[in-house]
Amino acid sequence: MSAEYVDYSTGEPIADTKAPAGPVNERWDTRRFEAKLVNPANRRKHTVIVVGTGLAGGSAGATLAEQGYHVVQFCYQDSPRRAHSIAAQGGINAAKNYRNDGDSVYRLFYDTVKGGDFRARESNVHRLAQISVEIIDQCVAQGVPFAREYGGLLDTRSFGGVQVSRTFYARGQTGQQLLLGAYQALSRQIAAGNVEMHPRTEMLDLIVVDGKARGIVARDLISGKISTYFADAVVLASGGYGNVFYLSTNAMNSNATAIWRAHRRGAYFANPCFTQIHPTCIPRTGDHQSKLTLMSESLRNDGRIWVPKAKGDDRPANKIPEDERDYYLERIYPSYGNLVPRDIASRAAKNVCDEGRGVGPGGQGVYLDFADAIQRMGRKAVEAKYGNLFDMYQRITDEDPYQVPMRIYPAVHYTMGGLWVDYDLQTTIPGLFAIGEANFSDHGANRLGASALMQGLADGYFVLPATINDYLARNPHKDEVDASHPAAVETVRETEDRLARLLAVDGDRTPDSFHREVGELMWEFCGMARTDTGLRKALERIPQIREEFWRRIKVPGTGEEFNQSLEKANRIVDYLELAELMCLDALHRAESCGGHFREESQTPDGEAARRDEEFGYAAAWEFTGTGQAPTLHKEDLVFEYVHPTQRSYA
Amino acid sequence: MKLTLRVWRQKNADAEGTMSTYEVDNISSDMSFLEMLDTLNEELILKGEDPVAFDHDCREGICGACSLVINGDAHGPERTTTCQLHMRSFKDGDTIDIEPWRASAFPVIKDLVVDRSAFDRIIQSGGYITAPTGAAPEAHATPVPKPDADFAFEHAECIGCGACVAACPNGAAMLFTSAKINHLNTLPQGAPERETRVLDMVAQMDEEGFGGCTLTGECATACPKGIPLMSITSMNKEWLRATRKVAKR
Repeated sequence: MSAEYVDYSTGEPIADTKAPAGPVNERWDTRRFEAKLVNPANRRKHTVIVVGTGLAGGSAGATLAEQGYHVVQFCYQDSPRRAHSIAAQGGINAAKNYRNDGDSVYRLFYDTVKGGDFRARESNVHRLAQISVEIIDQCVAQGVPFAREYGGLLDTRSFGGVQVSRTFYARGQTGQQLLLGAYQALSRQIAAGNVEMHPRTEMLDLIVVDGKARGIVARDLISGKISTYFADAVVLASGGYGNVFYLSTNAMNSNATAIWRAHRRGAYFANPCFTQIHPTCIPRTGDHQSKLTLMSESLRNDGRIWVPKAKGDDRPANKIPEDERDYYLERIYPSYGNLVPRDIASRAAKNVCDEGRGVGPGGQGVYLDFADAIQRMGRKAVEAKYGNLFDMYQRITDEDPYQVPMRIYPAVHYTMGGLWVDYDLQTTIPGLFAIGEANFSDHGANRLGASALMQGLADGYFVLPATINDYLARNPHKDEVDASHPAAVETVRETEDRLARLLAVDGDRTPDSFHREVGELMWEFCGMARTDTGLRKALERIPQIREEFWRRIKVPGTGEEFNQSLEKANRIVDYLELAELMCLDALHRAESCGGHFREESQTPDGEAARRDEEFGYAAAWEFTGTGQAPTLHKEDLVFEYVHPTQRSYA
Repeated sequence: MKLTLRVWRQKNADAEGTMSTYEVDNISSDMSFLEMLDTLNEELILKGEDPVAFDHDCREGICGACSLVINGDAHGPERTTTCQLHMRSFKDGDTIDIEPWRASAFPVIKDLVVDRSAFDRIIQSGGYITAPTGAAPEAHATPVPKPDADFAFEHAECIGCGACVAACPNGAAMLFTSAKINHLNTLPQGAPERETRVLDMVAQMDEEGFGGCTLTGECATACPKGIPLMSITSMNKEWLRATRKVAKR
């Protein structure tokens, strides 16, 4: 480990200056009123770049274009419809209280702050809860085919960490249906000429002029051509960075390059170590494994999680009698049972496997059993509710979950950390906004199920389109910036140099081999449980891998063609820096909170022990150079409404 | 297992393509088809050869990116996407042919990667409900009968992969187009644009150079999401209805 890197300094504190004072339930209205507006006739004179077309980017692009802005949008996929939001299965939360079960905006706010283990900003979370109800209206109007009751009204179900039924869903394909809604709205604007869409085009750097974000450098993935694009503001909706772990439930090409390059250009990166490990994924089968597949958390509504009571019990599941099974979540957390939040369910699974009671190959699995549900509801009802998930499980594992319990194990799924943003979702670079999973704002140290879709759409449909006006109204960019501007020329040169360097090494290791190596290291030392010693080991190893990467990487072909190896290798360059920051953040946060579990900081019964006095802040890191110690800026978190308590789901 | 792969290689859109033969060994039956191709590509890179380009992303069967014709079948022998096809569907010693989607409206970009932007343009021509953000009424203002909601959902499941086009002897995009029309035209929210939607989308589909339907039904057999052949019949009915209604105006 380079001593220099760990030896970070603490800079000036950082604070959100955009959320107005006053009662939390009035802040959003106040902010919208105070924000300056752009006259409808002037909006078409403003160009906004949006990177990414998932729930956040797709909804933002469509909405900004509807307002009259000129939108230039990018995605690396061949179509904006393929962004990884499409794979979200379970549902989307909204405080509609259609069930009359005691839900309210305030309860959703409360649940989210508590679920995030008191590491999120109250004003942001309250706004999210308020907007949740409008999202459902919006999506229904677009024709999103949510599940309905026989009376024609919308159906809901429960998710982990809450005791009301507020999750709207479209079978196991809620993300797909919501994304197609946003994609269709975006398509309408593309046809109208208000959105200039660039598919198969990947952002490789941010162009900053006079301290403001003014454009991007992007590569056409078909021709390999590097181009510059300019705008009055840039919106990053490029998703999370879970793929730093190599194996995750993210899409294969989901990557951190857009946010990491923005970070290098001056955007602070907040809470990078806050990673969500999802408890119900299909266990890996071997070294060939390229990604992991999640089974929706909604399965925990009816499935029961258990392992054998005895260590090393290798009898088949149905040969283990009832009294020799340990339904450990129901035992340890009787009031929430199988529906405890994700971080708690994942850690409990790890614990029983570490005790030697795991099932399946390598003992890396626990059972998720539907036998009781099938008996209670009948096979037909189980099929109607979860049929597509059962089919998917069977296809991947070749086991029939109607006959034998599913085997599941936790896997990296979501990253709560991301670019630091204020209440307006603006990063520390003026004119650069980050929305959806790309920012750090709303989920604290742990995200509740069905809240990612809610946040992505809240940011894209409602928050950003209201707050970006204020920036654009205050910053009329009369000065035209084009490709000849020195900042643009320099940024393009750096990008071209980086790609040329990757192609020139001509070593003896493939991009995947490096990605796998850093991923395994991160999973071991910066995964479900972290220690001071382990993190220091990882911090020692990462610069070595980086050095080896630049010595031994082999990227075939050229930069002037469709070259998937080059795309991969270039993303790994950024993972190899981001991984280091994640480990440093995890090392510095010597407390446990939400998805970040430091073994040194736990309660006597093994639960995460927060240390609010010392760590009641969001950690925003400033980049100072590759391998150089970053500067920490702390945003103090103030809880006026939901007072921090040790979370209890017992 | 040990397999012989015959793979379509084509350097770029303008180049001539050819089938090239590769041997792969130590393939586990638990691997997905794409993981088997990953193995081949790792070997090719180390040998200094150009790896096989193919589209893929979520590898969970939902994004619709993967698109291989395997032994003549779009997405291969099982009714699923290529990414969810596992090697247990093959035997040791098999020879497997791997080609891109074949359709004039889907030109090859490189190897197994094709350009499916025609699908995007069909959606842009009318595959949406005009509902600008902020203008939505309360969600429960319009109940939707469950059978209608379920019918709409079944068609909304389309992942836009293009297997229907690849499987069709005429290279028709009727199943894709009809799926979106049936999704939106069934819902009360979609009613105001019901006629223009079907007329415009069908016109765009024709303009993109997709073939016509002769009801061979290959599309519905290849569809990994089980969009039914009847979907096309419903679209034709919608189109006829719209033509007559618009003529009366």
